[in-house]
Amino acid sequence: MTALLELDGVEARYGPVQALRGITLEVAEGEVVAVLGANGAGKTTTLRAISGTVRRSGRIVFGGKPLRAGPEAVARAGIAHVPEGRGTFTDLSVLENLRLGAYTRRERNVRADVDRVAQWFPWIRERSGQQAGTLSGGEQQMLAVARALMARPRLLLLDEPSLGLAPMIVREIFRIVRELNEREGLTVLVVEQDARIALRTAARAYVLEVGRVAVAGTSEELQENESVRRSYLGY
Amino acid sequence: MADFLQQVVAGLASGSIYASLALALVLIHRATGVINFAQGEMATLSTYIAWTLTVNHGWGYWPAFVVTLAVSFLGGAAVHQTVIRPNEKGSVLRVVIVTIGLLIMINGLVTLIWGGEVRAVESPFPAGTTEIGGVAITTADIGTIAVVLAIVALLWGLFQYTKLGLAMRAAALNPAEARLVGVRVTWMLSLGWGLAAVLGAVAGMLAAPSVFLDPNLMAALLIYAFAAAVLGGIDSPIGAVVGGLTLGVGLNLIGTYVDFVGADLRLPVALLVILVVLLVKPTGIFGKQEVRRV
Repeated sequence: MTALLELDGVEARYGPVQALRGITLEVAEGEVVAVLGANGAGKTTTLRAISGTVRRSGRIVFGGKPLRAGPEAVARAGIAHVPEGRGTFTDLSVLENLRLGAYTRRERNVRADVDRVAQWFPWIRERSGQQAGTLSGGEQQMLAVARALMARPRLLLLDEPSLGLAPMIVREIFRIVRELNEREGLTVLVVEQDARIALRTAARAYVLEVGRVAVAGTSEELQENESVRRSYLGY
Repeated sequence: MADFLQQVVAGLASGSIYASLALALVLIHRATGVINFAQGEMATLSTYIAWTLTVNHGWGYWPAFVVTLAVSFLGGAAVHQTVIRPNEKGSVLRVVIVTIGLLIMINGLVTLIWGGEVRAVESPFPAGTTEIGGVAITTADIGTIAVVLAIVALLWGLFQYTKLGLAMRAAALNPAEARLVGVRVTWMLSLGWGLAAVLGAVAGMLAAPSVFLDPNLMAALLIYAFAAAVLGGIDSPIGAVVGGLTLGVGLNLIGTYVDFVGADLRLPVALLVILVVLLVKPTGIFGKQEVRRV
């Protein structure tokens, strides 16, 4: 397996608070990998370190090349980040959100890509003119994913897609992520509080504790791991 | 009746100048979150550049107009890159104070270069009137309205239909998200400042023939523009245009038909408009209440 993304001793801090104390992980091409952990363990910060929305040190290699810092450069390198809390432009229309997703690409491919993305989220088609802020929470989360897909990313960073959503919608979103991975070979690094659903979707996972990787392994291994089960799966 | 309509059209002409400057204020308020108090002085500087090109260098009005717009665009973007951007990370108040500093500095610079005397500026439009439905309308009024509407239409097209315009809106609405999709936010904001400077330059160059050119050309105009922007809703481009035209017509009619207001009390009326709108409906006519679900 060749790694698409490699993090080696990545550290990050918010002022005096050190959020990441040396994260080392890797994601192979075509893989879904989950990052689990309690609140404040550094899950979101790990994604933000990758996308360059927090200042970080340590080595990040993407597609065999060191990843440049700064979110604009990271987006151009082919990494799409769906941040925590939806991340849609609420004042813009659904279609405008999608067009922005394809910002790093040529505009003339946009129509074909909207059609492609609408296969996954059929409601997008008839509601392309609607203001994104008036969508339901679940629809906004799906729009955020759809917008990320518009970039045809080599890697999708997905931050807590379940946040504040009904279980049925969460299952729907993870089903779509799974199918995107199986059919289109999309590589995904997903941060999730809900370990159960994340481990069902991901092939491998990393469990973070206070800014470090505490446990890593395949989803099966982690589901059988006594301490992981007790702390994160609750049985 | 004919006289009334004449006053309406004259009001639309001055209103379109307010609208242009108001739109500049709105663009920057959306992008940077502050009122650019130097917007008027930047426009004055632009107007002096146009004046120098026509009077000292013998250029025709329209070539000078276009070149001035280009210079203003670059100047506005440069102001953002050099003066505003380093202060954007601080408090909003800091940027406001910087724009006030710019106001004083540009005003001083203009006086230093061109002196304080009042100069006449020739109108680019032929003198005389055109008869439309029995109403005699000056060519200058028609020309002013047409130029402003054309510029506004171009901008609207840019923001609504181009990828660049969409990116500029995204950068202003939500810079953090815009960066994540690869938009170079700082450049977009600089473009916004450039376009605002262009709108200001249009207002200045169109206003100068009727009010004469001096370093304080835009002082009163900036207050009218601010009233127009507040009336329309400080974050609404359409509001700025509608607010500007409404204010122009309203002030002209009040000035004509309400004896004690006359021509001298228009400025206090504009200030009254600001006060009343901020008290009664701070979002203005087109300002929207936030609509969103969480």
